[in-house]
Amino acid sequence: MSSQDIPEENLPAAQEHAHGAVSVADEVNPFADPGLPPHEHRIQDIDERAAKRSERAVALLFTVSMLATIGFIVSYVTVPHDKSIFVFPIGHISALNFALGMTLGTALFCIGAGAVHWARTLMSDVEVADERHAIAAPEDVRAKVHADFRQGAKESAIGRRKLIRNTMLGALTLVPLSGVMLLRDLGPLPGTSLRHTLWAKGKRLVNMNTNQPLRPEDVAVGSLTFAKPDGLEEAQEDFQNEIAKAALMIVRLQPGNIKDKRELDWSHEGIVAFSKICTHVGCPISLYEQQTHHVLCPCHQSTFDLSDGARVIFGPAGHALPQLRIGVDSEGYLQALGDFEEPVGPAFWERG
Amino acid sequence: MSTAPNDKSASAAGAAGRRGKAPAGERVADWADGRLGIYSLAKANMRKIFPDHWSFMLGEVCMYSFIIIILTGVYLTLFFHPSMNEVEYHGSYVPLQGQLMSEAFSSTLHISFDVRGGLLIRQIHHWAALIFLAGMFVHMMRVFFTGAFRKPREINWLFGFLLFVLGMFTGFTGYSLPDDLLSGTGVRFTEGAILSMPIVGTYISFFLFGGEFPGHDFVARFYSIHILLLPGIMLGLMVAHLILVFYHKHTQFAGPGKSEKNVVGMPLLPVYMAKAGGFFFLVFGVIAAIAAVAQINPIWAMGPYRPDQVSTGAQPDWYMGFAEGLIRFFPGWEINFWGHTLVLGVFIPLVLFGVVLGAMALYPFIESWITGDKREHHILDRPRNAPTRTALGVAWVTMYMITLVGGGNDLWATHFSLSINAVTWFVRIGFFAGPVIAFIVTKRICLGLQRRDREKVLHGRETGIIKRLPHGEFIEVHEPLSQEQLHTLTAHEQYKPAEIGPTVDENGVERKVKATEKLRAKLSDAYYGEDNQIPKPTVEEYKEITSGHGHH
Repeated sequence: MSSQDIPEENLPAAQEHAHGAVSVADEVNPFADPGLPPHEHRIQDIDERAAKRSERAVALLFTVSMLATIGFIVSYVTVPHDKSIFVFPIGHISALNFALGMTLGTALFCIGAGAVHWARTLMSDVEVADERHAIAAPEDVRAKVHADFRQGAKESAIGRRKLIRNTMLGALTLVPLSGVMLLRDLGPLPGTSLRHTLWAKGKRLVNMNTNQPLRPEDVAVGSLTFAKPDGLEEAQEDFQNEIAKAALMIVRLQPGNIKDKRELDWSHEGIVAFSKICTHVGCPISLYEQQTHHVLCPCHQSTFDLSDGARVIFGPAGHALPQLRIGVDSEGYLQALGDFEEPVGPAFWERG
Repeated sequence: MSTAPNDKSASAAGAAGRRGKAPAGERVADWADGRLGIYSLAKANMRKIFPDHWSFMLGEVCMYSFIIIILTGVYLTLFFHPSMNEVEYHGSYVPLQGQLMSEAFSSTLHISFDVRGGLLIRQIHHWAALIFLAGMFVHMMRVFFTGAFRKPREINWLFGFLLFVLGMFTGFTGYSLPDDLLSGTGVRFTEGAILSMPIVGTYISFFLFGGEFPGHDFVARFYSIHILLLPGIMLGLMVAHLILVFYHKHTQFAGPGKSEKNVVGMPLLPVYMAKAGGFFFLVFGVIAAIAAVAQINPIWAMGPYRPDQVSTGAQPDWYMGFAEGLIRFFPGWEINFWGHTLVLGVFIPLVLFGVVLGAMALYPFIESWITGDKREHHILDRPRNAPTRTALGVAWVTMYMITLVGGGNDLWATHFSLSINAVTWFVRIGFFAGPVIAFIVTKRICLGLQRRDREKVLHGRETGIIKRLPHGEFIEVHEPLSQEQLHTLTAHEQYKPAEIGPTVDENGVERKVKATEKLRAKLSDAYYGEDNQIPKPTVEEYKEITSGHGHH
């Protein structure tokens, strides 16, 4: 911009060392360290007007920050928290969140930009070297520390009085056990709780969505119905724990399509009931492919074939989904004929 | 001893001049020095020299996002209720009114919809967490590929590694707190993974959840882990990490005037005070702006957690994608014996998770064993000059990234119209083949770059100027490098492969060569053998070539 003000020796041409025939200074070792290169002046170092411009830019950034903070306070007070605005290209977003975030972001960013610009253009950029010192102590210090330690150890007689040493080590080893013991009441022992669900002989299958007991005719071919045991209500204290094990999915197949003998035996008019909880790590399975009778767990993509005992046909699950044996009670509602015969959900050491 | 401060204040008073009394700032500093000894500390540190390189900023991103997380996290604790008591929602988010949900979920809705700026702070907190973890990952890669982990910085490497791992678990316990459908699914996955542990799995799960999953305790327990236990440890580690950075002084790349014995750069006061201090505001400002426009973790769209419900496309936060990928691609192996089940399909991924990360932690010790180098290293390696290390690092990153693809295999399938089975098989094969290919390719590239450096030193820079000689021949003009450039390109050290040494001692008695010794020699050859690095040019080679045709 104002190159005519710059002293000759600072102009680019005068600084060029890299072009033309370079004379390598060190004739003996051309690879030797030539030392720190000479400092190159910035325009601000030699032109006071440029420095002034930088000063104004920094001050402007700090001023914008102040204005943004005022903007933040104004937005906080004036923008209603349920108002949404259209911001291209994001779409409709919360006006308050947008206003507060942008003003806060601007206020912070401008402080940072101002400080960095100040450092880069106006503070000295002369590179200097600091010496490093070895981290390891010199030999005399090392010897002194070792001697001090030996002296201290000797005075404590820990090496000589073995009885003290051994009992102390014993006490220190045992004392954390109290802490471990205290963790015992973090939870009950598993017992056989993972083997049982709320399902039992005579429990009706209740539609999860309508909360009505299911009749066979409610289950259409090709649909996937979710069910829970009769009597389990959402407001109950233990609802989450119970539904985590008892959740059921029901589909109707053509009895002729059921390949697995036991599956057919445990079904009712082609209606089969399987645990909804994936045997991999316990996600609820929810994607059903009508044509193939495959269900897919959306979490880790384990795929089970419901027409063949719900065996695993793809993905990381290790075993088939447990089936619930069902029938119809005297009033014509679907009912369980017992609990699951094996634990539902992910496998565990005691599962067997 | 007692006269020294008097001298100091006397001279300070002299300098202050007119008022005959030291300026207020100096008096405060003197007061503090008398009690804290701050002057000795400041003497070593106030004008401490920091070298300048863009990659040194990555660690700063981590530090600042960590501070931002703490600040916003404290604010969130003022409104969040870490309780799993079921309540009926009556807040201002209409679609969920009347729904049963835990207090944790309902108070998160309250923060998002009824506390002015609450959503912004939540989003800053979450975005900063993602950036913190990403920053640590990239920072760790910077340190790895430049060899900055070598003596004396191995312990600081471990501190950094621990920060990364603890950061992952702090993030996981954090995003699980709102008790929403997505995070609850992640917690269920964690429970399933814990159950897979042989012998102790079921017990650990029952102790962690206070009984069966999900129970009524995990939000409160995760809360104390998330806001107290892990961040407390991390804060301690981060302070230790920084103290060591100051104590060791910063590393630097080779260049004119730079050596193992010095550190070249600009002083902390004022340049780095302004640059680093300003950078905190830049990071905070950018994250605030991101939180203003980019929605993150909209728990109201997912709804409260129910163990029998799930949504498709369920993904953890990115840093848990590696664990997610391992669990997704691994085949469902289960072994049943004597009434027990060994859930290898879940347990092996759990172990692999630790092994793959742990390999990174141990690498500095492995490399120093192979080189046998006991010296301090403060000059950074250019990645090309350590081809085997660089190739190993890229192989590790490749494994990590392929597993990350596996963690989102459903999204890859739906977004690119691929078969989920094909994506999964790609990951299964890629997990093993990818790192091998990456290793070979990277090493070749490194060696190629070494050859180019050698070429440049010996024959100069290609100018692109074609000259026609009087007899018609065309030549390209090569421009010799300056001594600065020559030094920079030849400053690195090259190891010689370790040798087993004579197997027969001076008396002709055969000595036994230990297996570890043989292994070390073999690895050393793989690192520094003839085909595994390009010898850097020597002064003699340079002189011979330049004297031959030095008249370009």
